[in-house]
Amino acid sequence: MSELARAVAPPLPAAAEKLKFYGLWVFTALVLLLLPKIFSSGGSLTTFSLIGISIIFALSYNILLGQTGMLSFGHAVYYGLGGFLVIHAINILGANKWPIPLPLVPLIGGLTGLTFAILLGWVSTQRSGTAFAMISLGVAELVASSALILRTFFGGEAGISANRTKLFRVFGWSFGPQIQIYYLVAAWTLIAVIAMYALTRTPLGRMCNAVRDNPERVQFVGYDPHVVRYLAFCFSGFFAGIAGALAAINFEIANSAYLGAVQSGTVLFATYIGGVGFFIGPIVGAIFVTILSLGLSDLTPVWQLYFGLIFIAVVVFAPGGITGLLMMHRPLLRAGTLTKVLPSYLIAFIPTLAMIAGLMLAIETIVHFTVNPNEDSHIKSFGVPFDAASPAIWAISAILLIGGYLVARKTWTMVGHAWDAATSVVRAEEIVA
Amino acid sequence: MLELIVISTLNGVLFGMLLFLMASGLTVIFSMLGVLNFAHASFYMLGAFFGFQIARWFGFWPALLIAPVLAGAIGAGVERFGLRRVHKNGHVAELLFTFGLAFAIEEIVQIIWGKSPVDFRVPALLDFPAFTIFSTNYPAYKMFMLLVSVAIFAALLITLKKTRIGLIVQAALTHPHMVGHLGHNVGRIFMMVFGVGTALAAVAGVIAGPALVTQSNMAGLLGPILFVVVVVGGLGSLPGAFVASLLIGLVQTFAVSMNGSLAGAFGPLSPAWASSWLSDIWGVTIAQIAPIMPYVLLVLILIFRPMGLLGTRDT
Repeated sequence: MSELARAVAPPLPAAAEKLKFYGLWVFTALVLLLLPKIFSSGGSLTTFSLIGISIIFALSYNILLGQTGMLSFGHAVYYGLGGFLVIHAINILGANKWPIPLPLVPLIGGLTGLTFAILLGWVSTQRSGTAFAMISLGVAELVASSALILRTFFGGEAGISANRTKLFRVFGWSFGPQIQIYYLVAAWTLIAVIAMYALTRTPLGRMCNAVRDNPERVQFVGYDPHVVRYLAFCFSGFFAGIAGALAAINFEIANSAYLGAVQSGTVLFATYIGGVGFFIGPIVGAIFVTILSLGLSDLTPVWQLYFGLIFIAVVVFAPGGITGLLMMHRPLLRAGTLTKVLPSYLIAFIPTLAMIAGLMLAIETIVHFTVNPNEDSHIKSFGVPFDAASPAIWAISAILLIGGYLVARKTWTMVGHAWDAATSVVRAEEIVA
Repeated sequence: MLELIVISTLNGVLFGMLLFLMASGLTVIFSMLGVLNFAHASFYMLGAFFGFQIARWFGFWPALLIAPVLAGAIGAGVERFGLRRVHKNGHVAELLFTFGLAFAIEEIVQIIWGKSPVDFRVPALLDFPAFTIFSTNYPAYKMFMLLVSVAIFAALLITLKKTRIGLIVQAALTHPHMVGHLGHNVGRIFMMVFGVGTALAAVAGVIAGPALVTQSNMAGLLGPILFVVVVVGGLGSLPGAFVASLLIGLVQTFAVSMNGSLAGAFGPLSPAWASSWLSDIWGVTIAQIAPIMPYVLLVLILIFRPMGLLGTRDT
């Protein structure tokens, strides 16, 4: 019996693999610890805090979309309610001088998210697919509209605020300066990321994947897909609540925008652009989208249009997201045939870049004439000054756009051929092996 | 009281018919392509803004014809070059594609026409009171809206039930492969249905534009209600969408015109409770909760009849 079990069970991980695994987490903790020593300005600390919050939120969203296959348009409900409850909790704790320090407060947000997920989840998760998406949208609208009606609790349009420094202090940390908030967010991010990774390794995490891939088969095995979806939904609500709580602590305010459709849409964008197929995808997406939204809004007034276009491009051309795109190359790298593809990428890169530049030039020129037509036509976008009124600029943008498109189409076919050649080598090697 | 009931019923039926103009296209597209078009309300908005622009250049009547054709052409293009390409990546990718499209369309409309409402006027020909009931003048334009939506409803019904094209569309709803085997170009039928569906939404936009507010957030406001309609009616059920449209139109119009509240029914709260969060619930009027009525209805339907009022399928 024991011999059979030994033969069937996978071998225990070797010491080197264990070291690699735990070393990764220790390394991440060290990086988080040292990051503010390298980038110590107030602006970058705020950016890091926002990224951390966004990572927890996106990973909690991926428990639904990536792992259980539920597309939600209302995930901000649990984020926002967590934030609101935490603001109220800080006010109550501060007024009554209860000995609960700020680092424990995000747990209140998490429990709030969990409570509301338990309440709303059972009805929502009865069906998956399109029906679930519509229901989540309806519930989100219901909560967001109710928040504007219940003014005493949600504070109406202005929202409610709190003072995070009034709480019980441990080790003299007041949590006034941004650096202390950064360490709070970083610690919670690390804890939440490890917890969510551990969740994917549990039997429940595996059943979630099964429900995503084949709910009918799950029923045959003896599980109720509805219950599995419901449990995943509750966990997801818990971590979303933690993210909302950290956001509320960071800004010391919670308003109706926390609950709104824009917040739900942003987390969907971040998760999907990063890639839903891998655990690390939403982390990449959260970092990418946060930096993009902070950076683009300085460079151009219509950054949200670019945001939407990037999202559409990812959905159409790279459904696996950024990580999916990178991971596609792993077999090639192993087989050493990556060099066959890279030159064709370089060739395809140039006309594609020209096409994108032409598109951006066209958008910026059109924006100039529709948004502020009476101002000086010498405008500057993305740091490049040009004259929006000159026909030469129009001609350049048209040539780049159309010419770039025509050449890019040809070169991407070449990339396709090179890709096929490289993968067929990999396949041949696999067959030999 | 009677006046209120008559006027609200008229307005409610009108709003319901407008909703159905959009929900019908959405439902047929969903049944056929299996994708819930998140950008459907965006085509309603495009219709309103195209209508506004064309009405400014050529007058309202050409706008009523050209704007839906334009929006429908864009819709057909979206199906041909966007959705069909995404189709191989599954339904989630399709839904997300239309979601991104809705986002992009709203941004583009904001860039071209700005964020504030545009001045889309009722045409002079229809700018008079049609009749007077109980001292209220009912505008002729609203009667015109009702007439257009009923006419389109009838045309749609006859096309689907009595013509050859309607038969093919009905067959493609349930058995797209069989229809393909019989020699029909299913891809072209899908594109046509998508184009016609979005054009219907655009018609609703052109006729609703002057009566309601033509603004860049109109798609965001109406979109969720539209999804409530198709879910409450039953996903993929055209009669269900009709019933749900009228129901939500009437519920919302009646709720807006009522001023009752718990405070009105049971007297004001005792001073001990007056400053707590309970006062919000106590003092809120039915008119104030009108915007959330459709969503309350949605949750109730999902609890008691998950497949929708007249729906038959489970997903």
